[in-house]
Amino acid sequence: MQKIQDHRAWLLVLPVVISVAFSAIIPLITVVNYSVQDILGPGQRVWVANEWFINTMRDKDLHSAFLRNLLFSLEVLLLEIPLGIAVALALPASGWKASLCLVLIALPLLIPWNVVGTIWQIFGRADIGLGGYFINNILGISYNYTLEARDAWITVVIMDVWHWTPLVALLCYAGLRAIPDAFYQAARIDGAKAWSIFWYIQLPKLRGVLLIAVLLRFMDSFMIYTEPFVLTGGGPGTATTFLSIYLTNIAIGQFDLGNGAAFSLIYFLFIQIFCFLFYTVILRAGRN
Amino acid sequence: MAEVLLRGLAHSYKPNPGKPADYAVRPLEMTWEDGGAYALLGPSGCGKTTLLNIISGLIKPTQGNVLFDGKDVTELPTEKRNIAQVFQFPVIYDTMTVFDNLAFPLRNRDVQPADVGRRVQEIAELLELTADLKRRASGLSADIKQKISLGRGLVRSDVAAILFDEPLTVIDPHLKLVLRSKLKQIHRQFNLTLIYVTHDQTEALTFADQVVVMFEGGVVQVGTPQQLFETPAHTFVGYFIGSPGMNLLSARLLAGRVCIGDIPLPIDPGSLHLVPGDELVVGIRPEFVRYSAVATPDALPVQIVRVEDLGNYQIVTAKVGEQLVKAKIDEDAQIKTGEAWLHFPAERLGLYLNGKALSSAQPVVI
Repeated sequence: MQKIQDHRAWLLVLPVVISVAFSAIIPLITVVNYSVQDILGPGQRVWVANEWFINTMRDKDLHSAFLRNLLFSLEVLLLEIPLGIAVALALPASGWKASLCLVLIALPLLIPWNVVGTIWQIFGRADIGLGGYFINNILGISYNYTLEARDAWITVVIMDVWHWTPLVALLCYAGLRAIPDAFYQAARIDGAKAWSIFWYIQLPKLRGVLLIAVLLRFMDSFMIYTEPFVLTGGGPGTATTFLSIYLTNIAIGQFDLGNGAAFSLIYFLFIQIFCFLFYTVILRAGRN
Repeated sequence: MAEVLLRGLAHSYKPNPGKPADYAVRPLEMTWEDGGAYALLGPSGCGKTTLLNIISGLIKPTQGNVLFDGKDVTELPTEKRNIAQVFQFPVIYDTMTVFDNLAFPLRNRDVQPADVGRRVQEIAELLELTADLKRRASGLSADIKQKISLGRGLVRSDVAAILFDEPLTVIDPHLKLVLRSKLKQIHRQFNLTLIYVTHDQTEALTFADQVVVMFEGGVVQVGTPQQLFETPAHTFVGYFIGSPGMNLLSARLLAGRVCIGDIPLPIDPGSLHLVPGDELVVGIRPEFVRYSAVATPDALPVQIVRVEDLGNYQIVTAKVGEQLVKAKIDEDAQIKTGEAWLHFPAERLGLYLNGKALSSAQPVVI
């Protein structure tokens, strides 16, 4: 059968191509362009080849921000994954109670991210914030996230756990519903206790879902920007300056576009590598 | 070893059942004898899985009692009932080896490791799993997984009955025969009560000593495969068993004789109190219908519409009046479409009213 050639089909693809070009491709090319030049001002630019890249890789502040990001992602994963699983196990399996719980749990996910930052910023204030006042005056513990690095770090971590554990919980809930009843029935007949059922049936069957949850949370927490920026602005000092905040300081704060461009390309590369590694792990686990 | 008695048992998924149709299992009374191999046979949705789950304790019946060896176990949960159940889809613990899978029920009951090892080896040898004991259970084929499920039931020495819920559904056809023979071997060796739920009549008829046929929540007949085949007590049993099923022809009472259309049949309604308006059904199996190319005194004239050759026999479809009759005829007989005569032997005819067999129908010579 003859394949019908109709080049008018290209016209149908054109709108998508144009919009993607404007929103993604052209800006990306611009960034690559900037990354090999030093932009001193509008119309003033100097070709510096790979100098920015070398600079970025040697930057001590960048190394600390990178390690800070890794530590943050690790802490956040260690808290959110077990907590999400626990919440999913506690949710009812069906009925109107299940729907109600799911809606309530999903609420933090619906809040715009800068509003999340604002909520916690006010919540943590010692003078007018419920949390800040309670900790300082009723529990008697000194807590000030604008002055103490440790307090700021803890607040950012807890804010992220509050914001994103529902995602893990919802994913695990869906994974749990997918386990056929026969497994639980067989486990009962075998005389298995609740812990054995969790360890030998539920957890192995959640493997795929958990890998997705870990991938999503790692990626998002590694790229985190809005919430800590609104909460602490990166302070006090550099206590909560993550890679993305450092990057915007350079590119927009200092108007060092060349440096910022090189930095963002390297940042982009890190994330691509991690994505690839995780994806391979998921595929391997899926084949097992 | 357990004799299972179901007393006044019924189950409904609706809160206030009124009519029979509201029940998933209609009120019944049944004894499953100790050491018997039973098949629960019926189409999808007839209540056989519900009944099985009531016996195993996974469902609590809305009415009635379940007794094991005289002891009322209706309130007891499954794990206390000394039964094992094999499900339709192989249920194994993915992260464990085959050995650990078989040892799991024993370890949960705090059996000594030495005894666990010995018992697992025994059962693995019986089920021919010894070579796979060290392998991880998740990568194995479906039939080995079902053997593991079965093994987990056998490994417990306190198991009195094993319940099977269509266990061979996912197994390849050529392995089904192997597993069925294995089940029979186990039955002979351990003398356990086995209850096997299936919708496949071949499985039921080859496996069981007694077959319980269920239809729309009620038990319609309990009997040996022979009894079900030769004297079905219900039109459903006639239709469901046999391939093709029994021919069920509408008949009526005409001048004191049971007739199909205008042709009288060799059955004497005798003492049956039949009324001319009754909707009677006459049943005869295709295996017993005899073909004749020429008219004989007690044969019905028919029109042959189709002859199908199925290897060493033929299925002949014929029209009697407006109704179709199938006959299983030997491959050697030369049969052509067109006029012919079919003979229904009197002793093979069954008479049914509202689905139930009328037992006093006597054969009579015309």
